Amino acid sequence: MNAHTDNIAQYNFAYLDEQTKRMIRRAILKAIAIPGYQVPFASREMPMPYGWGTGGVQVTASVIGSDDVLKVIDQGADDTTNAVSIRAFFQKVANVAVTTHTSDATIIQTRHRIPEEPLKPGQVLVYQVPIPEPLRFLEPRETETRKMHALEEYGLMHVKLYEDIAQHGHIATTFAYPVKVEGRYVMDPSPTPKFDNPKMHMSKALQLFGAGREKRIYAVPPYTSVKSLDFEDHPFEIESWEHCCGLCGSTKSYLDEIVTDDAGGRLFVCSDTDYCNTRQEQGFQGPLNSEAAE
Amino acid sequence: MYVAVKGGEAAIQNAHRLLADRRRGDRNMPAITLAQIASQLSLAVDRVMSEGSLYDTGLAALAVKQARGDMIEAIFLLRAYRTTLPRFGYTRPIDTAAMLVERRLSATYKDLPGGQLLGPTFDYTHRLLDPDLAEGAEPAAPETRSEAEEAMPRVSDILANEGLIEEDGALPENREPGDITREPPEFPMERDQRLQALSRGDEGFLLALGYSTQRGYGRNHPFAGEIRIGEVDVEIDVPELDFPLTLGRIRVTECQMVNQFKGSKKVPPQFTRGYGLVFGQSERKAMAMSLCDRALRAGELDEDITAPAQDEEFVISHCDNVQATGFVEHLKLPHYVDFQAELGLVRQMRREYEERREGADTERREAAE
Repeated sequence: MNAHTDNIAQYNFAYLDEQTKRMIRRAILKAIAIPGYQVPFASREMPMPYGWGTGGVQVTASVIGSDDVLKVIDQGADDTTNAVSIRAFFQKVANVAVTTHTSDATIIQTRHRIPEEPLKPGQVLVYQVPIPEPLRFLEPRETETRKMHALEEYGLMHVKLYEDIAQHGHIATTFAYPVKVEGRYVMDPSPTPKFDNPKMHMSKALQLFGAGREKRIYAVPPYTSVKSLDFEDHPFEIESWEHCCGLCGSTKSYLDEIVTDDAGGRLFVCSDTDYCNTRQEQGFQGPLNSEAAE
Repeated sequence: MYVAVKGGEAAIQNAHRLLADRRRGDRNMPAITLAQIASQLSLAVDRVMSEGSLYDTGLAALAVKQARGDMIEAIFLLRAYRTTLPRFGYTRPIDTAAMLVERRLSATYKDLPGGQLLGPTFDYTHRLLDPDLAEGAEPAAPETRSEAEEAMPRVSDILANEGLIEEDGALPENREPGDITREPPEFPMERDQRLQALSRGDEGFLLALGYSTQRGYGRNHPFAGEIRIGEVDVEIDVPELDFPLTLGRIRVTECQMVNQFKGSKKVPPQFTRGYGLVFGQSERKAMAMSLCDRALRAGELDEDITAPAQDEEFVISHCDNVQATGFVEHLKLPHYVDFQAELGLVRQMRREYEERREGADTERREAAE
C-alpha cells in the first residue's frame, strides 16, 4: 500500500502528464484554426467532478506556464466556492501566481460570465462548458448535429428563434444565446448571459472553451467576428436594469439580485466582484454606500 | 452596509475537516482497516474496481473507505487516480476457457462437461436476517473440491461445434483495441469500445436497461448460456521473447448470453450472443451487460431499433455514473447569473401577459356596452 500512496502524491506540473497536455494542445490548435468548430479530444478524468469545470481545468492546465498569473471566477465572482476550489487546485499542482484583478491575469478561467473590463491582447479566457453543442436541445443525437454543422444546416435553430417571436413577441433565450463565429459555425457561448455576447465579438483576447464530460474543445481566436443570431426586424438586444449597482453605482455592468429581507427587499450589485471593488476603490459609490456614509 | 459573502476558502476547509470526522465515526471504536474492507466487503471492492476500470483491491478498498461507502464516489476516486497512470501496452486476450473456476453455471444444459458449480452465491439463500452474523459467530470452514478437475469448455464453444451459434469473430490483422479512456468516443462505436463502456458502465443503469429488454422494449430472447467466475492469467507479449509472460491473475465474471436470431438474407438462422465481462464477482452486472450488448447489436443484425436499450448513443452516452453524477450534482453549483437572466425574462413575459389580458378585457367591455 505504501508504494501506492507514495506514487499518488506525485503529480506532474499542472496535474496532467505531458503526453496528455500535448494531445490537448493539438486539439486547441485545431480549434483555433477552425473558429467555432467543436474538436473532439480525449478528455481525462480529473480529480473534480464532471460538470464542475473539468474541461476548463484541462484547457488551463495545458496552456499554463510557471510565469502565468491565473484568475478564476464563477458567476463573475472570485470568491464563489468552486472558483476558490479551482484556484486552490492550480496553486497546489502548478504553484502559479493567482490574482483577482482582471487586468493582472494572463489566464482567466470562468464559469457563466465574461469580465466587465475589456480584455487585452495576450490574455486567455478559458470557459467551462457544460453542453458544447448549441443544437443539442433541438436534436439530442451527436451523429445528427455533427452532420448539421458540416452542412451548415442551421435552419432548425432559426425556426426555434422564430417560434419564440411568434409566441412571445421576442426571442426567449437569456443565456447560452447562440452565436455565429466568423460567418460559419453556430457556437454555444457557454451559459453566459446574453449580456456578455457582445464582448466576444472582436475580442483582443484568445477565448478557449473546454467541455470535459462531452469531450470537446472549441475556440474563438482574437479579433474574430462573433454574431448573436437574430432577425433583421428583431435585432439582438441585451438585458438592462432599472437599477444601478448598489455598491459602485455602475449602470453598465451585469447585476445580481440579492434578497435582503423577507419583505421583498432587493439589492442589485455587480456580479463581477473585481470590477465592482475596483470602482469602489476609485471612489465610485452606489446608493447603498452613499446612504451608509451619510 | 451589505458585504458580499467572503471566506469560501475557510468554509471549504472546515467542511472537509467535518467530513473527515464523520468518516471516522465514533472514535471509541477501532477504525476499519483496508484489509477488512477488501476481505469482508469484497463485492463492494469488486464493483469499485470494475466501474473504476482499475484492478487493485488495496486502492479500491481505500476508495471505499475514503468515500464512506458511497460506491459512485469510490469509483470516481479510483478513476481519478487511474487517469494519471501511463499505459504500457495491451495484454493478450484473457482465456476464460482456462479459468480457475469457482462458480460456473449454464441455464441451457442440464449437465455439461465440467458440470455446474454453484460456488459462493447468494442464490438459494433464504433472505432471513441472520442473528448469528450480528453476534459475530464464526462460520464453519468451507468444503473444498478434490484436485482432479475435469476440463470446463465454454458453452459457446460447445454450441459452436455444431455451427448453431455465431463465432467469436477474428480480430483483423494489426487491429489495436480501442481505448475509450484515451480516445474521444465517436458514434457509431466499434464493439470493443462499446464493451469497454458497458463494462465500466453503471450497474444500476445497465440492470434497468437489460430488464427493459426482457419486458419487451427491444426483446432479444436471452438464455444464460453460461456464467463463470474465477481467476484467469493476464499475459503480455514481449517483443524479445517468443512466448507470452504472465503478469499475474485477476478475478473476473463472464456471462455469455445466448439469444435467438431468425437469420437474415446473408446469415442462416442461428443463435447470437451478448457478452458481459467485469472485474471481480458480479453476476448481476455481467448479465445486465450481456443483455445490453446484445440489444446494441440490433443494427449489426438488421433488427429494428425501437427501444432505448438498442440505441447506442443513448445507452453509451448515459451509462457512465461518474459523468452522470457529476453533471446531475453540478446543479448545486451557483447558477444565479443565469437565474437572474431568467428572472428578468419571466417578469417581462408576465408584464406582457397582464397587458394582453387587460387589453382583451377592455375590448370585451367596450363590445358589451
